[in-house]
Amino acid sequence: METLEQIKARLEQALPAAKLDILPNECPAGDRSLLVAPSAGFAVARFLRDDPQLKLDYCSNVTGIDWPPATTKTKVKKKVVVEGVEKEVEETIETQRPGCLEVVYHLYSMALKHGPVVLRMRTQNREDQTHLPSLTPLWRGAEFQEREIYDLYGVLFDGHPDLRRILMWDEFTGFPMRRDYVAPDDFEYEPTPHDKVLELAKKHYPPEVAP
Amino acid sequence: MNPIAEAPPKSFSVKPKLDAEGEPLGELLEVSMGPHHPSTHGVFRMDVVLDGEEVVKLKPVFGYLHRNHEKIAEGISYLSTMPYTDRLDYFCSMTNNWAYALTIEKLAGLAVPERAEYIRVIMAELTRLQNHTCLIGFFAQDMGALGTPMMYAFREREKILDLFESVSGARMMCNYMRFGGVRVDVNDAWLAKAKKVTDEYGKFLDEFDAFLTANEILLARTQGVGVLTGDLAVNAAITGPMLRAAGVNYDLRKVDKYGIYGRFDFKVPVGAHGDIYDRYMVRVLEMRESIKILQQALRDIPAGPFMDPKAKLRGFRPKPGEVYGRVEGPKGELGFYVISDGSPNPYRYRVRPPSFINLTILEDMCLGHKISDAVVILGSVDIVLGEVDR
Repeated sequence: METLEQIKARLEQALPAAKLDILPNECPAGDRSLLVAPSAGFAVARFLRDDPQLKLDYCSNVTGIDWPPATTKTKVKKKVVVEGVEKEVEETIETQRPGCLEVVYHLYSMALKHGPVVLRMRTQNREDQTHLPSLTPLWRGAEFQEREIYDLYGVLFDGHPDLRRILMWDEFTGFPMRRDYVAPDDFEYEPTPHDKVLELAKKHYPPEVAP
Repeated sequence: MNPIAEAPPKSFSVKPKLDAEGEPLGELLEVSMGPHHPSTHGVFRMDVVLDGEEVVKLKPVFGYLHRNHEKIAEGISYLSTMPYTDRLDYFCSMTNNWAYALTIEKLAGLAVPERAEYIRVIMAELTRLQNHTCLIGFFAQDMGALGTPMMYAFREREKILDLFESVSGARMMCNYMRFGGVRVDVNDAWLAKAKKVTDEYGKFLDEFDAFLTANEILLARTQGVGVLTGDLAVNAAITGPMLRAAGVNYDLRKVDKYGIYGRFDFKVPVGAHGDIYDRYMVRVLEMRESIKILQQALRDIPAGPFMDPKAKLRGFRPKPGEVYGRVEGPKGELGFYVISDGSPNPYRYRVRPPSFINLTILEDMCLGHKISDAVVILGSVDIVLGEVDR
């Protein structure tokens, strides 16, 4: 299979408007991935599927990832001239990483038996701009997995034919796989007639007397 | 352009059939099949809309066994997840263990000793044998062969589970693999026992074959029913025996050659029609190939260490990075996707469950068939709800 750089170069030629980045992977055995802007996501995916050299006809795995906002500290050594003497001073730089939700597609080719090409898309934020294009119209295999990501992370897939909750029940609110999700004490509490009766019974309790 | 994928899903608005004058012939009936239905292989539900006895719409509903396996794994160490993977597909805990161990070995760059690789192949192929045998038993039960084929299947499965028990201490929840090897070594007596079971398995398969394969009822209920075309199967990410029954030759043991599968001589059975009968037949033939692999592995297994001496069990912290590992499980491609941030727990842990994704095209296969065929079609998909719901 071509290298990721070659694929990127060909994609840029075919789709000049698409914004593409290659993300490194610190694990030597892992694969690097291609970060695509959501606006061009569908076109890029279609190119990868239909290109005769790649023929990525099999979308194996779709994963959602939550990246909450975080600050990363990096230490940088700097040379400062103090009173005419050159000194090395360590300086910490704090960079703010905005939060986002990320979806990762692992694409393989069954026809040519190669792969994977790892495709990533990121939402603008985690609160109100969580739309991404759905790739289910291209690969049916993504249908249930995208529904699962919507269910557990809250990514809204535009163009998905049947975007409903899949593992949690329909009345459930919240997205349990997010890092900041706090589980309630009792998931399935429902008021029962007993609550009413207990409330009434309290009237008959003896008044509390201070000891 | 792929015409299959870009057509809209088939059954969004369904109407009853009309007579010659354009009047509806009857009413549609919505049936909720499951979750407590004996033929749904666990707590699986199908919302079926029927026109007479014909299925016109089918929506699978699941999540009754959902415990957010992936979230649990994010909160515990890498090794503590190993016993949880047993509970995914509780028929094939050895394969689940292997898939997870393989992924983490890739992430941390661990080597696996030769003997451990052989033990893993033996365990995985024994798992495949017992999974396919039981599936055929269940599947015959779904068609109305109450009890008998399943009892024969379970008799044979018990022999394999005895082997698992004597080496790992548990029949089903084996928790046997470790990063960089396996937990305990097998001894010569065990290998001799495994060889005996393997050699006798062929005889059992012949018997099973003679009873079932040419059976008139089985032929009538399976041939031409629930047809899945190769194009749709690839597009819908169907894997395992279902994909190969649809005529696509894609077996990860041949494609990726993970572990030491490159050394064995075996064939990949491929179907021609993609109907239920082909799925049944592919499984039977796959078992025969598994026996071949087992015989080669049991013959060639070398002496030596069963665990990488450099592997760390405690304080295991892989370097940051991400990795996707996959194996050919008995039900299809079982994959694990792990992102490490350098801490003792994974940042993200994802399971690619084969039977969950194989259910995508359940509706496409069932439309137009009778409700009783839907039961058999579901049986031929081979699902385990521990894995579907996670």
